[in-house]
Amino acid sequence: MQVYADNAATTKISGHALQAMMPCFEKFYGNPSSLHSVGQEAKEVLEDARAKVAACLGCEPREVYFTSGGSEADNQAIISAARFGARKNKKHIISTAFEHHAVLHTLNKLENEGFEITLLDVSNGHNVTAQQVKDAIREDTCLVTCMYANNEIGSILPIAQIGAVCKEAGVPFHTDAVQAVGHLQINVKEQNIDMLSLSGHKFHGPKGVGALYVRRGLPLVNVIEGGAQERGKRAGTENLPGIVGMAAALADACANLEENNKKVTALRDKLIEGLSKIPHCALNGDPVNRLPGNVSFCFEGIEGESLLLLLDMQGVAASSGSACTSGSLDPSHVLLAIGRVHDVAHGSLRLSLSHYNTEEEIDHILKVVPEVVSLLRNMSPVWRDLQTGKREYIL
Amino acid sequence: MALYSEVVMDHFTHPRNVGVIENADGVGEVGNAKCGDIMKIYLKIENDIIVDVKFETFGCGSAIASYSMATEMIKGKSINDAMALTNKAVAEALDGLPAHKLHCSVLAEEAIKSALKDYYDRNGIPYDKKLFPDCENCAHCHE
Repeated sequence: MQVYADNAATTKISGHALQAMMPCFEKFYGNPSSLHSVGQEAKEVLEDARAKVAACLGCEPREVYFTSGGSEADNQAIISAARFGARKNKKHIISTAFEHHAVLHTLNKLENEGFEITLLDVSNGHNVTAQQVKDAIREDTCLVTCMYANNEIGSILPIAQIGAVCKEAGVPFHTDAVQAVGHLQINVKEQNIDMLSLSGHKFHGPKGVGALYVRRGLPLVNVIEGGAQERGKRAGTENLPGIVGMAAALADACANLEENNKKVTALRDKLIEGLSKIPHCALNGDPVNRLPGNVSFCFEGIEGESLLLLLDMQGVAASSGSACTSGSLDPSHVLLAIGRVHDVAHGSLRLSLSHYNTEEEIDHILKVVPEVVSLLRNMSPVWRDLQTGKREYIL
Repeated sequence: MALYSEVVMDHFTHPRNVGVIENADGVGEVGNAKCGDIMKIYLKIENDIIVDVKFETFGCGSAIASYSMATEMIKGKSINDAMALTNKAVAEALDGLPAHKLHCSVLAEEAIKSALKDYYDRNGIPYDKKLFPDCENCAHCHE
C-alpha cells in the first residue's frame, strides 16, 4: 500500500485545478500585458483568478499580488515593512522562534543591516499568545510577523487576537499563512491581518505560484524589478497557468473546507491516538489548536532519517526534523524552539494528511510505524541504556 | 536518482553484525545523541584475530550501512588490518556516500579504533597514541 502522508511538504494537484490550467496553455496563451485581444483575453482570465483568491481571503481583488510562491511573498512583505519602518526610524521587528526559514532568514538579513529582531518564545504550550506580542511591541516596532499555523508541529496561532493587538498599537501585521490557507477559515478584514502570504501547492494547486495579500494603503517595495505587472509591485510576465490552477484549487478548498476538515481531523485524531500508544513518545505541537492534517511525534532512542527510509520501504511517505534529513548537525529549529532536546528531536516524525487519505491508509500507518520504531530501538545503544537505567528517559 | 547507492540500501535494510557481545575484549563508542549519531562496537579477539564483531547504533541510514560494512571488513582480520581500515575504504566499499554523509564512515573508522584502544588498554599492550582519534575534541560534534 502506498500512503502519501507528507501534505505539509506539498500536495497532489487536484483534477479540477489541472483541468483549469490546460486552456491557459492552449487557448489563453497571450501575455496579459499585450494590447491585442489574445492578450486581453488572458488578462480577463488573470483577473478572474485574482477575484477568486480575494473571495477566499475576504479582501478586494486589487489587494492580491501574485508571486512565485510563499517564500517570495514572505520576503516581499517583511522587506517592505522594514524599508518603510526604517524611514520613520522604526527598526524593531517581532516574530516567533518557530517561523519558516523564508521568514527567519529574511529577518536574519535585516538584523545584519541593523534591525533589532525579537523572536517570541514558543516553548509554553508549543504556541504564542497575543499577550506575548502585546508585551513585545515597542515604539520603534515596524512589523509583527507571526505564522498562521506551524508547518512542522501544526500549532495554530491566535491570529485574530494578535491582529487586534497590532491594530490597537498601530503596527503592521503580516502572517505567513502557507499552511493555513485552504485549510482554515480566514477573513483578513475580520482578523485584522495587514499582509498574508500563501502558496498554491499546499492546497492541491500547482507549484511555483503563490500570492501576497496587502491591505490597501500599505506601502510595498519590489523584490523583483522590471515591468509594470501586478500594479507595478512584482515584475515578470504572469504565470497564468499556475495562477489559474491555484485559484481553482483554492476555490474548491474554500467551498469544501468544513467537509474536508471534518474528514481529515477524524483521520488525524485516530492516528494521534494510535501512535500515542508507542512507549516513550510525545506529541509535538498544540494539542487543541492544531491543523486538521498535522501529526507530529518524537520517539525516544531512535533517529528520524532511518525511520523515514524504513517507512518509505513500507510505502509510507513522511517527513522528519532530524539533523540527518537536513544535511546539518542540528535537528529542526522548530523542535528545539518548543523545548525538545537534541537527543529527542532527532527522533521526530511528521505525518501530514489531506482529504485524499483514507481510513485504510491510517490503519496501514498504525501497523508499520510501531514495527519500524521497535526495529530501530532494538539496534540502538541509546535505547539499551534507557532500558538498563544507564540513561534517564526524557519522554 | 536515489539518495543512496544499492550497496548502502542493502546494508541499511539488512545490517550485518547488529547486536552486543557479552564479555567483549574491546568496546568502543563514538559520537553522541546530541548530534544524532552514536556508534557502539564490540570486538572478540583471539590471537590478534578479530573472531567476532557486533555493533549498535542510533543513527541515520548511511550510519547503519557504514557500520554494517565496516564490521564486515574487519571480521576475521588481524588487529593490524583493522587498525589500517580507513573511512575512505568504507565509503568506497559502499559504492560512495553523499558528501554530507561521509562523516558516518569517519565514525565507523573511529569506533573501530576506539574499541582496539580499549583492547590494548585492558591488556597493557603499548601503542602510539597519535594513531587514535581524540573523539572528545574532534570537530564533528564540537564545532
